[in-house]
Amino acid sequence: MRRSRLALPAAVLTVTATLAACGSGAGDPAAGEDTDGTLVIYSGRNENLVGPVLDQLEDAVGIPVRVRYAGTSELAAQLLEEGEATDADLFFGQDAGALGALGNAGMLTPLDQEVLDLVDEDYRDSEGRWVATSGRARVLAYDPEQVPEIDSITGIDQLLEPQWEGKIGFAPSNASFHAFVTALRVDRGEDGAREWLEAFAAQDPQAYENNIAVLDAVDAGQVALGLINHYYWYQRAAEVGEENVDARIHFLDNDDPGALINVAGAGVIAGTDQPDAAARAIAFLLSDEIQQYFADETAEYPVVEGVESAVFDLPPLSELQGNRIDLNDLESLDRTLALLDEVGLT
Amino acid sequence: MVRAGESGWATAWEIVVRERTLRLVLRSLGLTAAVTAACLVIGIGLAWLTTRTDLPVRRTFGVVAALPLAVPSYVAAYAWISTFPNLAGFWGTLLVLVACTYPYVYLPVVAALRRADPSLEEVSRSLGRSSLTTFLRVTIPQIRPAAAAGGLLVALYALSDFGAPSLLRYDVFTRVIHDSYRSSFDRTPAAVLSLLLVVLTIAITVGEARSRGRAGQARVGSGVARTAAPVGLGRWKPAAALACVGVVGVSLAFPAGTLLYWLSVGSSARLDLGRLTDAATATVVVAVLGAVVTTALAIPVGILAARHSGRSARVLEQATYAGHALPGVVVALALVFLGVRYLQPIYQEVPLLVLGYAVLFLPAAVGAVRASVAQSPRRLEEVSRSLGLGSWATLRRVTVPLAGPGIATGAALVLLTAMKELPATLLLRPTGMDTLATRLWTETGSGAYAAAAPYAAALVLLAIVPAILLTRVQTRVVSRTTAAEAPAPAVAPITVAVLGPTRPTGSTGPDSPEGGAQR
Repeated sequence: MRRSRLALPAAVLTVTATLAACGSGAGDPAAGEDTDGTLVIYSGRNENLVGPVLDQLEDAVGIPVRVRYAGTSELAAQLLEEGEATDADLFFGQDAGALGALGNAGMLTPLDQEVLDLVDEDYRDSEGRWVATSGRARVLAYDPEQVPEIDSITGIDQLLEPQWEGKIGFAPSNASFHAFVTALRVDRGEDGAREWLEAFAAQDPQAYENNIAVLDAVDAGQVALGLINHYYWYQRAAEVGEENVDARIHFLDNDDPGALINVAGAGVIAGTDQPDAAARAIAFLLSDEIQQYFADETAEYPVVEGVESAVFDLPPLSELQGNRIDLNDLESLDRTLALLDEVGLT
Repeated sequence: MVRAGESGWATAWEIVVRERTLRLVLRSLGLTAAVTAACLVIGIGLAWLTTRTDLPVRRTFGVVAALPLAVPSYVAAYAWISTFPNLAGFWGTLLVLVACTYPYVYLPVVAALRRADPSLEEVSRSLGRSSLTTFLRVTIPQIRPAAAAGGLLVALYALSDFGAPSLLRYDVFTRVIHDSYRSSFDRTPAAVLSLLLVVLTIAITVGEARSRGRAGQARVGSGVARTAAPVGLGRWKPAAALACVGVVGVSLAFPAGTLLYWLSVGSSARLDLGRLTDAATATVVVAVLGAVVTTALAIPVGILAARHSGRSARVLEQATYAGHALPGVVVALALVFLGVRYLQPIYQEVPLLVLGYAVLFLPAAVGAVRASVAQSPRRLEEVSRSLGLGSWATLRRVTVPLAGPGIATGAALVLLTAMKELPATLLLRPTGMDTLATRLWTETGSGAYAAAAPYAAALVLLAIVPAILLTRVQTRVVSRTTAAEAPAPAVAPITVAVLGPTRPTGSTGPDSPEGGAQR
């Protein structure tokens, strides 16, 4: 009696699993093949944002393309772990820090000068190992009711004024915030950065999980100001209609660390078996068509001259030209995190 | 482990001695203690109400109360934080973790209560003790091992969860691991820090074993297992019913309602039915394979651990918990290291992913198998041998069938947790394959809550299957013990408390709390 009761579920389970195993082997032709003749991309950018671009890539490079999506830092760690044995041909990451780390570990191979020249020197590796594909600006989101005179705020030092105590939202665990702090360190030195961060921490800023939550808080009037990336606001406005978003955004002065321009970018993996296809893929990401896509769909800044968003009213990148730091410096994230630890902003 | 041994000691030591790290360790322990205590109160309370009282619709409720197991903690956290942004912090994290994990206490305690001989309580009452004193002095000691086993699972879950605390912005130790490895793109310090988590886990496991200590419940004879006469709740009935409805409302109805709401609003809702089906199929395939392989590996290990007691067996058992405490991403990167060098043909293929699940969830399955083997009388095997069966035949015809409920429990647990697993799946899955958890990660990663809702809903619906299976394993106990005269030598407590043993010698299998939306 006991046996039969248990035997049935066990048998069902085994049969299902066996069928499933067969099914997965037969039904997924890509699974068993080796990667010869395929361009393998590790994408740390979200599939919802770049999926449509990478779908078109197959036509552009002329060979089949397979994309592996995960977090930028997870994929960078995976690539470092795989080393020379990796199947990946191209890395597409959402921040310069990960690209810098891969470049310094010798995982990226220099790109053609022709491709590099498409992009301003500020937005590529000085040794040519990676190139930006789109940019994003740090901005202040604000609630117009609580901050009627937003134009008087031109730099991050004004955020330290007593009237903003408890009224600033930020995302302390977010990579973009970390990049801003790194820029602050590069701009003002370790002591200068610590001084600002300590004063900022004393302002009782409100911590949120991510930029979207910060924008939500500003929109709901919970805080007056929020430190976010520009495109979150544009995407929100596109999704629900600009008239339904109470929050507005404000760009700080160009020379202020609070106006950092960070980038998403790509590099070719050293030892790729598809160097030509990988080079074509990078050129494709920098083509007018795809730059236009980033500008129109994700509200990011195109990095190739002459492309402007037809949908969003973005101030041109050349006018911002943000805070000029070597984006490779964004790799020094461990020191940034240590500093944030020290001042208690985590 | 290899990584940990390489060179990261200095870096990791620096991180360990930082003041913030110690503070976060204390915070993690505080949260763990609070969650465990709350789960014990709620789990035991609900179990008593649904098995021993005249609560209205208690049968239906008894099943429904176990279903929150199917809700991943990161989904619940999303639901709460998106509706009540002010919930962030300690209390929100406590609420979500308790709502998602109390069934780990509830299920084994229900089983223990059903198995416990009600005549002991009747004797106590007939000797003049009040219902309350009887509950405290007679009932509680009977269910203590089961409750402790469940509490251990809750504690391990709370200690190593990353998704819910990070969504609810309560900084805990798992974040240190996450940060250290994100900041240096290096796996070594993270691996070393994980060892600290392992140490904490072992401490808790040992503590749990001590707490059960010598509180032996051995009794001679199997007693008369029959259904207890329900306790009349009297004027407390409405309050008790309300409390039950409240718990289910918070842990099940609210997340489900939020998912429905997301489904109905939001312009990012664009349901791609083909993708949903593909992801659901892939989820079922890898989770079922994971459950089968893990359980197959767990059977020999569990039997060995149960039948060869001694110091080394105990160390082995506690070591499996240690493995369980490693965050999914650390295990995944270790398997990347291993796979890309030595297992190239299956690297980034389904078999390696399944192997990853086996590493992550083996402890859960071993615990369940081990406990049920330990509870079946060794005498039966000796009789079988004395009647001329060889050791293999005895294993096949006596030991394994007796361990059936434990094996089923282990398989269901692995199935349940593998479906929800995220970090290892992201790194080890075949390129291009999506599970429900990875789709959920993609959609929420771009802020598309409405588009994420169908995947979350599908995940919860699928996870209900193993959750019900677990409940069934429990309830079957009753029908079996009530028909106690059936199979000759009363194999009385065939039950394995869902997650483990209900005898002092037993131990349990932990659920792996992997997954957190960025858990």
